[in-house]
Amino acid sequence: METVKITIDNKVIEVAKGTTILKAAKEAGIHIPTLCYLHLHDLNIENKPAGCRICVVEVEGRRNLAPACVTECLDGMVINTHNIRVLNSRKTVLELILSDHPTDCLICAKNGNCELQTMAQEFGVRKIHYEGEQSTYREDTSPAIIRDVDKCIMCRRCEMMCNEVQTVGVLSAVNRGFMSVVAPAFEMNLDHSECTYCGQCVAVCPTGALTEVDHTNQVIRALADPTKTVVVQTAPAVRAALGEEFGMEPGTLVTGKLAAALRRLGFNYVFDTDFAADLTIMEEGTELLDRLTRHLNGDKDVPLPILTSCCPGWVNFFEHQFPDMRDIPSTARSPQQMFGAIAKTYFAEKIGVKRDDLVVVSIMPCLAKKYECQREEFATDGNPDVDFSISTRELAHLIKQSNINFNDLADEDFDNPLGESTGAAVIFGTTGGVIEAAVRTAYEVHTGKKLEKVDFEELRGMDFIREATIDFNGLPIRIGIAHGLGNARKLLQDIKDGKSNFHAIEIMACPGGCIGGGGQPLHHGDSSIIKARQKAIYREDAGKAIRKSHENPYIIQLYEEFLGKPMSEKSHHLLHTHYFDKSKEIKVVE
Amino acid sequence: MANIKLSAEKLDELKAICKSFKNDKGELINVLHKAQGLFGYLPAEVQEVIAKELNISVAHVYGVVSFYSFFTMLPKGEYPVSICLGTACYVRGAEKVIDEFKRILNINVGETSPDGKFSLACLRCVGACGLAPVVLVGEKVYGRVAPDGVKDIVAEYTK
Repeated sequence: METVKITIDNKVIEVAKGTTILKAAKEAGIHIPTLCYLHLHDLNIENKPAGCRICVVEVEGRRNLAPACVTECLDGMVINTHNIRVLNSRKTVLELILSDHPTDCLICAKNGNCELQTMAQEFGVRKIHYEGEQSTYREDTSPAIIRDVDKCIMCRRCEMMCNEVQTVGVLSAVNRGFMSVVAPAFEMNLDHSECTYCGQCVAVCPTGALTEVDHTNQVIRALADPTKTVVVQTAPAVRAALGEEFGMEPGTLVTGKLAAALRRLGFNYVFDTDFAADLTIMEEGTELLDRLTRHLNGDKDVPLPILTSCCPGWVNFFEHQFPDMRDIPSTARSPQQMFGAIAKTYFAEKIGVKRDDLVVVSIMPCLAKKYECQREEFATDGNPDVDFSISTRELAHLIKQSNINFNDLADEDFDNPLGESTGAAVIFGTTGGVIEAAVRTAYEVHTGKKLEKVDFEELRGMDFIREATIDFNGLPIRIGIAHGLGNARKLLQDIKDGKSNFHAIEIMACPGGCIGGGGQPLHHGDSSIIKARQKAIYREDAGKAIRKSHENPYIIQLYEEFLGKPMSEKSHHLLHTHYFDKSKEIKVVE
Repeated sequence: MANIKLSAEKLDELKAICKSFKNDKGELINVLHKAQGLFGYLPAEVQEVIAKELNISVAHVYGVVSFYSFFTMLPKGEYPVSICLGTACYVRGAEKVIDEFKRILNINVGETSPDGKFSLACLRCVGACGLAPVVLVGEKVYGRVAPDGVKDIVAEYTK
């Protein structure tokens, strides 16, 4: 490896040729502040438009200061990262950014969690010396995401996530100069675009320009209404991340505290989306085996591979981008929606509460779930199966507002019957988890044999596209996994071009899966946090008494008492769905 | 499903333009240039088709269209009025000439009159600084235009 020698803040170091000053400084233990720069190391995602100029440093012999994030180290370079010229320039740059930024920090959704605010505090900005016009734009509210681009600092992180990582292509820098801003095509609202509501733009936005639609007040109102019975379900990835909002180490599991907190908040029944994840496996696994058997028996009308359908961002993606392939994904609804459908029928009947008096709230690591629960097909006579979906972040706010000392709560269990779950359900929270859970059940159902080992290491990891072949007693089942919609696109294109030979594919819209969802505590560019959450998910699975969905006693009971068997008529009605063509068609008028 | 409406003939011509640049996304600006030549402006439908043909996002196409002042999403009038704002024209009072056009036509710069007759645009130096301030109506050049001469220019085209 070719190296170069540089002097940085009087320290002589040797770095690989091509290393940027920013990375070299990091290696030398020197922190250079950044704003637009984002590097999700474990996910191989990097944003460096060199737009904000906060990271400027002085390179001896150069007239102008250099942005550290894009300037490569050259042999013999002498760099000052913190002399008076650099410090003054940085502060001036920051003040100029702030001169066109609203100063309503106290009531901003990102208050206390804003990178611009933190920087202003660290730099000790007490006065903005530049006064001038402020750019203002119309606010855009969609079912899941709010764009308040008055607060946009043009870091372009959202654009990078939307275009390069997710390949959704909704956001672009538009207009020029003072009026330039990141917006959808024709500056239309997000709900007029092909936005999947994956929320990855929100997850990386350093300021309050992109935030989630907050439903906590609706939840508080429902909890306060004595005529309503309020049921809560919480997704697997929430328990592996919520603790971060209360100062715990990333990767801390807070399942017991979570159940306790939800009970303190006043939910009448504290249930678990994991129960519905087990139910998903029963339906999706059965569908997989059914399609596989028919396909192997020569029925060419049965398409393979089967694709998972629990991720609403992914569903939105293929409805917009690959509508002609919408018969390939499983028809199984997502766990959130399965839970809602069962809660408002089976469970409502069981406790003798009318559908209209039962409110179902979901806690999700996801913003697309907010849109999913508002889909018309998931409502009966206008009453939605899931009334409100709030993010992990919103739940943390709700707990803090309610004077609950989360860290000191003693562990509690979920309620039954919709709170019991297996290890297979827990791993839905990470990339590779849904398909591993499906394999655990499909293998035993198909072969009639008991699995020796339920851990399928070959399906785990953080690589964006993974493949493995699982031996189903002589029948090799080829499995593909993709996370991040850009990678999903690659697998879909292969299927379209007839190049795919997978039997089943798992897709999750967010890098890392739900643990890296758009509704999770903000990682501020530290991707090791997502890795820690993944480890926690597998730890939770390993600690579970039951680790295969079909062995969940309450799932067995649900089929006995109510549904009959997987893919039954009742299952089809309550637990399956259909997809729509949402693409734009070019129509010719005469 | 949102529909994009274009006549079959125009759609074919537009696709042919894209094809003449090998549907290469690097040729976006050239494609837009030709397409504006064909339609007179770049309505949303045209941008949608170009995005599809070049396999890029509409947001990206719009980003480029909105960046360059040459591109317009509004149809030009029958008589496009352009006022030079180059240095010479500017210091000799072009801005007052613009204001007078805006007042008489009752439209802003970048707009087209409701009857489709006039549109108003600014441009930079046309290379006739000796005639400053300069106004163009279509291809016809008017030199040393004073604000009180504007109504005569407009009258020429409204007879």
